[in-house]
Amino acid sequence: MSDMGRSFEVLVVGAGPAGIAAACCAAESGARVGLVDNNPRPGGQIWRGGENHAGAPEAKRWLQRLESPGVEIISSAEVIDNPVAGFLLAQSPRGELIFHYEKLILCTGARERFLPFPGWTLPNVVGAGGLQALVKSGLDITGRKIVVAGTGPLLVAVAAFLRQHGGNIRMVAEQAPWSRLIRFGLAVAAHRNKIAQFFQLKRQLAGVPFRAGCWPITAEGSGRVESVTLRAGKKTWKEPCDFLACGFHLVPNTELASLLGCELRAGFVRVDELQQTSTPGIFCAGEPTGIGGVELSLLEGQIAGYASANHAQKAREFFAERDRFRRFSIALERAFALRSELAASPAAETIVCRCEDVTLGRIRSHSSWRAAKLHTRCGMGACQGRICGPAIEFLLGWKVESVRPPIFPVPAESLTARDRATPESVST
Amino acid sequence: MPDMIAVNVNGAKREVASGTSALAAAMMNGAKFVRRSVTGEPRGPLCGMGICFECRMTINGLRHCRSCQIVCEQGMDIRTDE
Repeated sequence: MSDMGRSFEVLVVGAGPAGIAAACCAAESGARVGLVDNNPRPGGQIWRGGENHAGAPEAKRWLQRLESPGVEIISSAEVIDNPVAGFLLAQSPRGELIFHYEKLILCTGARERFLPFPGWTLPNVVGAGGLQALVKSGLDITGRKIVVAGTGPLLVAVAAFLRQHGGNIRMVAEQAPWSRLIRFGLAVAAHRNKIAQFFQLKRQLAGVPFRAGCWPITAEGSGRVESVTLRAGKKTWKEPCDFLACGFHLVPNTELASLLGCELRAGFVRVDELQQTSTPGIFCAGEPTGIGGVELSLLEGQIAGYASANHAQKAREFFAERDRFRRFSIALERAFALRSELAASPAAETIVCRCEDVTLGRIRSHSSWRAAKLHTRCGMGACQGRICGPAIEFLLGWKVESVRPPIFPVPAESLTARDRATPESVST
Repeated sequence: MPDMIAVNVNGAKREVASGTSALAAAMMNGAKFVRRSVTGEPRGPLCGMGICFECRMTINGLRHCRSCQIVCEQGMDIRTDE
């Protein structure tokens, strides 16, 4: 029993940029640190594939800094429950794991927002970040026709990445209108590196049409996607493709924070200036506190890491820079807000909940998320509403209810481990 | 050339580069879709990061594995719902 539990002064959940920065800073301050992550390797989504795919020298620098002693990395482990205060339960291919912590830092990142439209459940209609992740994990897209659609700065970055890996990018369709994109450009002009990044991506996409105010209304194909119908203003047309890579910006992963009783504000985890949540001893950094990208995640991670190891003074050095990137985050939210026409895309018979195959018509015949859940099982499948929840919130304005453990589906034997999570089962 | 490893995709012997996910291995080796939904629709991956559960496959006999998060190992048996 004693080998299944471990105890840390600072436990970090999530090994993306925020989590890596937090773990490094806490360890360098002398704390015994654990970094638990559900991927096979650290790096999160943006640095997935480690140094080979990370591209940015920054990724290399942080991944090397992480190798220093003091951080124990626990990969391929998914946190599913908080059975007792001060303990987390995770599942992994090695069985269930129990961690004790004194301080906890949540760096659970974000996921893409997906919006339903007829045909979105066809094979090869994937997330934009989703297709990028598949390519990073070995999928060959050489010569494949790809339409990249949706919204957010990720689209252009993904399109450039896919092209670099041999994809034949037919078009980038951004739902936000030019007027908002231009205002966004002016608002973030002070972030010279962001502007430079954008022009670099634009060069990499030379010859690829970029359409603003344009979005997918249906995907067609037999057995898999063969074309997408796009709309811009009153005009609609069909674009042939082997893949439709489509995502509508990001939504934060707040399930674990909610489980731990951390207060949310407007869907994000509320934190104070030291990145502390409303729950004592629990910090949060990165996308769950507001979608802001890799730079803001690194800054918040460093602040949380130092603060958790009682180095508040050091943490304060990053405040001014963090404020600067928080302004970028606000501009981002304004620029890529969803246009109301997107809510008109799904038909009554369009599946919204892909786990239980529940259509929009069946969901909206009920008066609330709770009623729809009870009668149709929407949001009760394997993903536990992570995909359909944000879509339903946009389509019908219903807020998803509080989470319940386990926050990821688990084999039944893991549930019995809840009862074994006692201080005696943990070694230091 | 990266190291190649041998896997089994829907009963056929295939070689993939080391580091390839079970999902990518299946998609590149003839799998037209990954799973059948509860009403029988063919489905492929969506999120690519272990959240949507659309990439569930049977791996080494274990059902409902999120194949996008699993790296191929020598001799791994990968089965879609086809």
